[in-house]
Amino acid sequence: MKYYILIVLFTLCTFSFAQKCDAVFLGELKDFHDNTPLVGATIFIKNLNKYTTSDVNGKFKIENLCNGKLTLIISHIGCETKTMNFNIVGDMFQNIELEHHIEELNEVSVKTTIEKKETKTAQETVIKSNILKKYSNLSIGDALKEVPGVSSINTGNTIVKPMVNGMYGSRLLILNNNVRLQDQEWGIEHAPNIDINSAGQISVIKGSGALAYGGDAVGGVIVVNPQRNIIVDSIYGKTIIGGQTNGRGLNINTSLNKTFASGWYANIQGSIKQNGDFEAPDYMLTNTGLKSNGITVQGGKKSFETGFEVFYSYLFNEIGILRSSHIGNIADLVNAINSHEPQVIDDFSYDINAPKQEVTHHLVKALYYRRFKNFGKLNLQYDYQNNQRFEFDVRVGDDKNKPALDLNLQTHTVLADVNLDSDLSRKVNFGLMGRYQNNFANPDTGVRRLIPDYDKYDFGIYATTELILGDKTTIDAGIRYDFNRIDAKKFYQTTRWEERGYDEDFEDIVIDDLGTQLLTNPVFNYHNISASAGIKYDLNESSYLIGNYSLSSRPPNPSELFSDGLHHSAARIELGDLRLDQEISNRIALSYNFEHSGFNLLVETFYNRINDFMYLRPSGIEQTIRGAFPVWEFQQTQAELYGIDLTMGYSFNQNIEWQNKTAYIKGNDLSLDIDLIDIPAFNTINTVAYYNEDWNNFSASLTSEWVFEQTNYPDFNFETYIPTIDETVLVDISTPPPGYHLLHFYSDVTFDLSKKTNLNIGLSVNNLLNTSYRAYLNRLRYFADDLGRNITLQLQINY
Amino acid sequence: MKTIKHLLILFLSIGLFTACSDDDDPAPVNEEEVITTMTLSLQAVGGGTPIVFQSRDADGDGPNAPVVTVSGSLMANTTYGGEIEFLNELESPAENITLEVLEEDDEHQVFYNFTGASGTSLNYNDSDGNGNPIGVNITLASGDAATGNTLTVVLKHEPTKPNDGTAIGAGGETDIEATFTYDVN
Repeated sequence: MKYYILIVLFTLCTFSFAQKCDAVFLGELKDFHDNTPLVGATIFIKNLNKYTTSDVNGKFKIENLCNGKLTLIISHIGCETKTMNFNIVGDMFQNIELEHHIEELNEVSVKTTIEKKETKTAQETVIKSNILKKYSNLSIGDALKEVPGVSSINTGNTIVKPMVNGMYGSRLLILNNNVRLQDQEWGIEHAPNIDINSAGQISVIKGSGALAYGGDAVGGVIVVNPQRNIIVDSIYGKTIIGGQTNGRGLNINTSLNKTFASGWYANIQGSIKQNGDFEAPDYMLTNTGLKSNGITVQGGKKSFETGFEVFYSYLFNEIGILRSSHIGNIADLVNAINSHEPQVIDDFSYDINAPKQEVTHHLVKALYYRRFKNFGKLNLQYDYQNNQRFEFDVRVGDDKNKPALDLNLQTHTVLADVNLDSDLSRKVNFGLMGRYQNNFANPDTGVRRLIPDYDKYDFGIYATTELILGDKTTIDAGIRYDFNRIDAKKFYQTTRWEERGYDEDFEDIVIDDLGTQLLTNPVFNYHNISASAGIKYDLNESSYLIGNYSLSSRPPNPSELFSDGLHHSAARIELGDLRLDQEISNRIALSYNFEHSGFNLLVETFYNRINDFMYLRPSGIEQTIRGAFPVWEFQQTQAELYGIDLTMGYSFNQNIEWQNKTAYIKGNDLSLDIDLIDIPAFNTINTVAYYNEDWNNFSASLTSEWVFEQTNYPDFNFETYIPTIDETVLVDISTPPPGYHLLHFYSDVTFDLSKKTNLNIGLSVNNLLNTSYRAYLNRLRYFADDLGRNITLQLQINY
Repeated sequence: MKTIKHLLILFLSIGLFTACSDDDDPAPVNEEEVITTMTLSLQAVGGGTPIVFQSRDADGDGPNAPVVTVSGSLMANTTYGGEIEFLNELESPAENITLEVLEEDDEHQVFYNFTGASGTSLNYNDSDGNGNPIGVNITLASGDAATGNTLTVVLKHEPTKPNDGTAIGAGGETDIEATFTYDVN
C-alpha cells in the first residue's frame, strides 16, 4: 500500500514540480500513559483550514499537503489540546501522544475555580477563592473556621492559631504551595506565617490521611495552594481594597498573572494591611494594632510532560499584644480577673508598643517535574525557609527597645516524589524527604533563652496507593517512616537541673559547668511509623460513605523538651521535659454524605485515641522574689478525643438557601480521669442567604453564631495568699466564660465593567448587635472582652 | 536537560548552605533584668545598728525559693529612716537596679503594706517629676510593741500614678513582692 502510494506520489511529483502539494501525512494517536489508541479525535489542519478525525485504530491521514510547515491542532474529549508543528518534506508518518486522563490526573485545568482535593478517603473540605476573599483583611486562622470542626486558639484577635478537631500547633501540618511551614509553630502565640491573600484555595484534611506530607499530623493537615495557572495566552489580575471601622484598618491586595499558551507563566502578588487599636463594645483594646505586608512571586513553565516552578514568598507581621495582658505575678492576674475590664485603656492609636512581636518569614521553593510514558510522574523539590521572630516585652532602662526573644529558624528540605499513574485504577505514590533545620537563639537579648540553639535532621520515606474497585469503591492505603534527630545546646540553671533530677539521669550530657549555669548537649533520636487506610463507597447517586483509619506518631517539639522559664502573660512557670517520648495517635473516622434535590448533609465523626499525649498541666507552686507562681509541666497521658461535625444545607429555590454548621467535641485525659483543657465548646452556625443573579449577582446573608459555654473542663484553679490584701483567694483560671450568640451580616454585588473586568463590592458587619463576650479559647479572656461591632467595606476589581 | 543541570546546581548549593553552620558552643546569657535581691535598711532616727529586711533569690525564676531575713526587732514608737536597694546579683559585679528605678521614677513605685497589732505606718520621702511618690526613700513609724507583724514590699512597673496608695489599686506589673514578719519591742 505504502509502496503504491509512494510510486503514485513520485509520479505526481515529477509531474508538477512547481506545486509540490501532494504530500501525505499519516498520523497515529495514542494515549500518553497507557498507549491505547485515541479514537475520534479532532484534528484541525491549520494550513488547509480543514478538519479530520482519527479512526478506530487512532490513525488519520492528510493528503495533498504542500512541502513546508504543517500545523495541527489535535483535540480529544478529556484530553489536553495539543498544537504541533511539522516540517513536511514529502510523505511522513508520525506517532502522536496525547494525555487522555488529564482530569483524573488533576494536571492541567482550564478552569481555575475547579475544586481539587488532596485525598480520596479522608475528611477533607476545600475552601475556594470566592470564600477566601471575604477574609482578605483577616488571617488564615479566621478563614479556616469556615470548615465545621475547625476553630482556633487565639491570643487577642490578630494571633489566630488554627485548631482542627481540638488539636493545634505541632499536631497540625500546614503546607504552603507544597512546602511544610517551619515557623516555630510550637508556641501558642505563634500564628502561621501565611498571607491569606496569596492563597487560591485551602484544603483542610482532618486526621493524618495525607501521609505524603508527614506522619505526625495527629490533628490534621492544612494545604494552602496558590491559584492554578492556565495554559492560554492571557494576562489577568485582581485588586482588593478594604476598610474596617473597628481598628480603623485598611487593607490592599493586588495580584497580576501572565500566562502563555506555551506553558510559561509568571505571577506576582502583594498585600499591605494595617490597623490601630481594636475596640470591645465598652472600651478600647489598647495596643492591639497590626502592620502586615507580604509579597509572593511565582514563575515557571508547565506542560503535561515536564515543567518547573520557582516560588518565593515573604511575609512580615508586627503585632501588638493587649497592654493589660502583661502582668508580673499571680496578684496581678487575680487583680485582672476580678476587675472585669483591662487595667490600661488609652485613646485610639495606630502605635504598636511593647508587648509586641515582629515576625518575618521567607520561603523559597524550586520544583521540577517530568512525566514518563507508561510510567508516571517524578517531582523534585527543594525549599528553604527563614523565620525570624522578635518578641518585645515591657522592659526598663537600657533594655527598653531590646527584644526579649530573638529566634532565627532556618530550614532546608529536599523532596523526591514519584507518582505511578499509568493505571488509573491502581495509582501508587512514593517518595523521600530530607530536612535540615537550625535554630539560633540570640543571647544579646539579656534574657535566658526560651528555646535553645539546635540542629535538627529529619528523614522520611513513604508509599501510598489508591485502588478503584468497580464503580463504587475507592480504597487507599499508605505507610511512612520518619527519623528525627535533634541536637541541642542548652543552658540550665544548676538549681533547675537538680530539681528536675537531670543530674542523675542526664549527667553525661553536661559539657560545661559555669557555676550557676550548666551547658548541656542533649541529642535525641526518634523513629516514627505512621500509616493510613481508607475506603470510599458510593451508596447510590446521591450519597456516599467514607471510612478511614490513621496511625500517626509525633516526636516532642523543642518547646515540649526544653521550655524552662516564666511565661509572663500567663503568670506561670512552664517546664519542658527531656524524658518525653513520641505520642502515638490512632484515629478512626466515618463520614456520610448525602445530596439530593437541593438538600445536602455531611456528617463527619471521629474517635482519636492518643497514647502518651503531651500537654501542659499544673504540678505545683514555686516561690520567687516576684511572688508565688504555679508551675505547669509538659506531661504525658493517655487521651481520647471524639466528636461530630455536621454540615447541612437546603436550597428553597434558586434564590434562598439555608446552611448549618455544627461541631461537638469531647476530650478526656484517661489517666487522670479529667477533661482535656482547651477543647472548643459546642457551637452551631446558621446562615440564611439570598442570591439573585439578575441583580448583578446580588447576595445578602445573615449568620447566627451560637457558641455554648464549655462545661467540660479540668479544674486547675488554686488558692493563693495575696499579702498586699492579706487574703487567701481562689485563682479562677479554669472556669470558661459564658456562652454567647453573635449575628453577622454579609452582602455583595458584582458589576461587569467591561467584557473582562468586573467590580465586586462587599459589605460585612461582624457582631451586628455589638455584643460583649469572651471566648474560652482566647488566651486574653482573663483581661478583656472580645471585639465589638466591625463594619467592613471591600472593593474587588477583577481584570 | 538544561533544567536538570540547573536543579543539580541548586541541590549542590544546599550542601554548601548546611556546611556553613558553625559548631561553636552558644554564649551563656546572664539575665540583665532580674532583680535577685531587695534590701530595706531601717535606721532609727536616734542612731544604732540598722535593721535590715532582705529577700534574696539567687536563682531568679529558678526552683529555689527566695531567702527572706529580718536582722532584728524594731523598737516601739520609734521613727526610722529607710532606704531600699534592688540588686541583680546574677551579673558580676552586681547591677544596682535602684538606679534604673530612679531614672524612670514616673514609671515605678514601691508599695508598703503592713498587718499586725503594732500599727506600723509609713511616709514617702521622695517624689517623681509629677510630685507622685516613688518609695525608695521612706520614713517608718514602728508603732506599738507586738509580735508577728508583717510587711509586704511590692515594686511595681508602670502603675497608675497617682493612685490610691495600694498595690492592688495601682495596677501595673509586679517586679517584686516580698513579705517579712517582724516584731516590735
